[in-house]
Order: sequence, then structure tokens, then C-alpha cells
Amino acid sequence: MITGFAALGAGLAALGAGIGIGSIGSKAMEAIARQPEATGDIRGAMIVASALVEGAALAAIVISFLVAGAGAGAQ
Amino acid sequence: MYSALKSLFFSIILILSSATLNLAIAEEAASVEVAHAHATTTNDEVHADHASHGEEHGDAHGSEAEHGEQDPIEAIMHHISDANEFHIATIGGKHISLPLPVLIRKADGTWSTGMSNQYHHEKDGLILAHGRIVDAKTHSTEGLLDLSVTKNVFMMFLSLIVLTLVFFSVKGAYNKRGATAAPKGLQSFLEPVITYIIDDVAKPNLGKHYEKFVPYLLSAFFFILINNLLGLVPFFPGSANLTGNIAVTLTLAVMTFLVTNFSGNKDYWTHVFAMPGVPKPLLLLLTPLEIIGLFTKPFALMMRLFANITAGHIIILSLVSLIFILGENGKSMGGAISGTAVAVPFVLFMNALELLVAFLQAYIFTLLSAIFIGMAIEEHHHEEAHH
Repeated sequence: MITGFAALGAGLAALGAGIGIGSIGSKAMEAIARQPEATGDIRGAMIVASALVEGAALAAIVISFLVAGAGAGAQ
Repeated sequence: MYSALKSLFFSIILILSSATLNLAIAEEAASVEVAHAHATTTNDEVHADHASHGEEHGDAHGSEAEHGEQDPIEAIMHHISDANEFHIATIGGKHISLPLPVLIRKADGTWSTGMSNQYHHEKDGLILAHGRIVDAKTHSTEGLLDLSVTKNVFMMFLSLIVLTLVFFSVKGAYNKRGATAAPKGLQSFLEPVITYIIDDVAKPNLGKHYEKFVPYLLSAFFFILINNLLGLVPFFPGSANLTGNIAVTLTLAVMTFLVTNFSGNKDYWTHVFAMPGVPKPLLLLLTPLEIIGLFTKPFALMMRLFANITAGHIIILSLVSLIFILGENGKSMGGAISGTAVAVPFVLFMNALELLVAFLQAYIFTLLSAIFIGMAIEEHHHEEAHH
């Protein structure tokens, strides 16, 4: 059961990453549409921000690995 | 450049041929005995099938029909983790591995040395089980200090050799051609990347004194990049998951932590311990947070790289395991074919994505290190903003 919760947690982490990076991407596209000559800067900033958001999501994934390992070990 | 590549090629041939001279061909009997000694798993040395985890043609099925049940999770974990021997392939049920030097300090303080192929049967109270050297009685690594050249250490040496050859040949090209002549060959491939790191990562974030830190940033970038890329290669000199090893990413993060904090100037430290312009009661709360912040930033660097690379490897391995699951470990040919048809495009896509992630993670690590160092060496010109 613990591993089930760990799997759920991993799924929620993916959901969080999806929402975060999706909104970064959409704002970046709007910004590029408004000012195409700033595309390079916007793209760079978008990638940096996505990596930071993904870092948080992956921290959650790592914790779900740990929980799943502990859960599987306990059984 | 060609001489550098030739020497790399020959050194790889040398490593392979010396390994062939004392190849460890694991007797199935020994590994089966060890496996049954574990009451927990029925998993024999069936990592056989996953020796071809990049090979999408599913023709490794035949060998594991004889091995029985295959637990995909065990196989995936085996590929992600470090090992005391470098498993190259399994042909007809025999494991072909590159034996690696072993140096272990046992719980009683004595050292055990040798090559990993000497540990197939018990030696010094230790035995090679599932690729790791463990205590022969308890089958655990508790109490053992393992300083051996493991798969990951071997991989690190290999990537160091690659980096040294590549960069010294580029340096030689600069010596020969001069700094202003048009670059040719390997130099023309690396120069834009190096220039990008210097001009767009180091200079904007580090300000005037960027040159001091460029060697560290370039080293970090190329080390992480080469190891990420080598980890994606599914066969021998490349399949080790080095940057997905949390100890390695921890070390890289510690390097950044040390560089940042040893170059911190007075402004940096006052901002951490006694942020100017903040009322005393709030400072009681803020200072511990700032001190924790000193550690969370490198921690996030470590976590980000580790999780990205490991997760990518696990996804690719899981998709390839799909072939074996659907083919029911060799029993169902139709299942194996449909598994292959499903898995191949996905694995191709995931490998392309992982290629992107390899570059991106190396870049992000370097960029964030540059930002942290920049924050530490920043000269403050605008104190009035704090009032």
C-alpha cells in the first residue's frame, strides 16, 4: 500500500511539473509573440525557469523512490 | 586531432584485449547458488536480457527462456546502480564482464584486494553477488568500506581520458594555428560551445572577474556533459550511470558550494548573517533561513542532476523491459514482436529527449553555479535599495 501511495505521489509530481512548465511555456510564447526580436533572451529564461521547476518536481520523485523502496523493503 | 582520436581508439582496444585475457565468465551454478541463498528473490543472474537494453530487436529472448522469471524492477535497478564488475554482455547464458580492481576494508579492519573475478567464489569472507561484492554470510554491504574501482569509477576514468584527449588536441590546434586563425576539425566543434559558456554563462553572471572562474565552470560543464552522453550509450564503454549516482552529483554540488563560499566577499557574508536594513526581530528569523539557504542551493543542484539522469535511464529501461514483459520472457513470440513494435519508437523518442536533457542539465548546472558564484562575488553598488 505504501508503494501505491508512492506511485500516486510520483504522478502528482509529474502533474505539478506539467502545470509549471506548461504555464512557463505559454507565457514565453505570448512574450515572443509580442516581441519577436527578444526570442533569444526569452528562450534562455524559459529554459532556466523550467529547469528550476523540474528540479522541484524531481525532488518529489526522489522522495517517492525512497518511500517505494522503504515500502517494498518493509513488506 | 586524428592522432588524438587514434590514441583514444587504441587505448580502448588495449583495455578490451587485456580484459579478454582474464575475462570473468561467471559459472551459472555459482550465481544460482548465491541467488537461492537470498530467500527474497527468485531472480537468477538474468540480467542477461538487459545486457541488450539498447538493442531493440528482441533477439535476446532466447537466452532467458532458460533462466525463468525475470523481475523487471530488479533488472532496471541493476542497470542503474554501481557494480564491482563491468557487465558487458551475456552470450548463451554466460556472463561476459570486465573484471575491475577491488579494494575493500572489512568490518574487522582488514583489507581485501584483488580483481573482481576472484570473488566469484568466497574470498576473504566476501563474495560477488549480483555484481556487488558483499559479505559472504550476510549478503549485505554493511560494515564494508568499498574503495574499489567500480563501474562508475572506471567510467569516470574513461571520461577523464576522453576529456583530456579532446581538450589537449584542441589546445594543440590553437598552438599550431594561433588564436585568431579559423578553427578546423574538433576545434571548430568545441569552440562555439566554449565561447558560449564564457560569453553567455560566465561573463553576464560573474561580472568583472569572470576569468578566475571560467576553468571551473567549463570543467563542470564538460564533465557532466560527457558523462551524461556516455551514460546514454547502451553498450560497453558507455553504459554506466555516472551522473545518476547521487554520490557523484553530491561531489559536484560540494565543489560548487566550496567555490561559491570561498570566494564570497564581505557583502555576501553580511547578507547571509545580518542582512542590512532588516529590523532585529525579523533578523532572528531571517538569518537561520539564509544559512539554510546556503545549503539548499547546492542540494538542489545535486538533486536536479541526479533525478533527471536517473529518471531518464529508468524510463528507457522500463520501455525496453516492456518487450520482455509482453514476450513473457521468451514464451510468447507474438507478444515479443508487439512489444518491440510499441517499445522501439518510444525508446527512440526517449533517447532523443535524454540527449536534450544531457545537454540541458549540464548547462543548467553550470549556469546555476555561475549565478551562485556571481551572487557571492557581487560588489554592492545599491545599498539604498535595502532601506
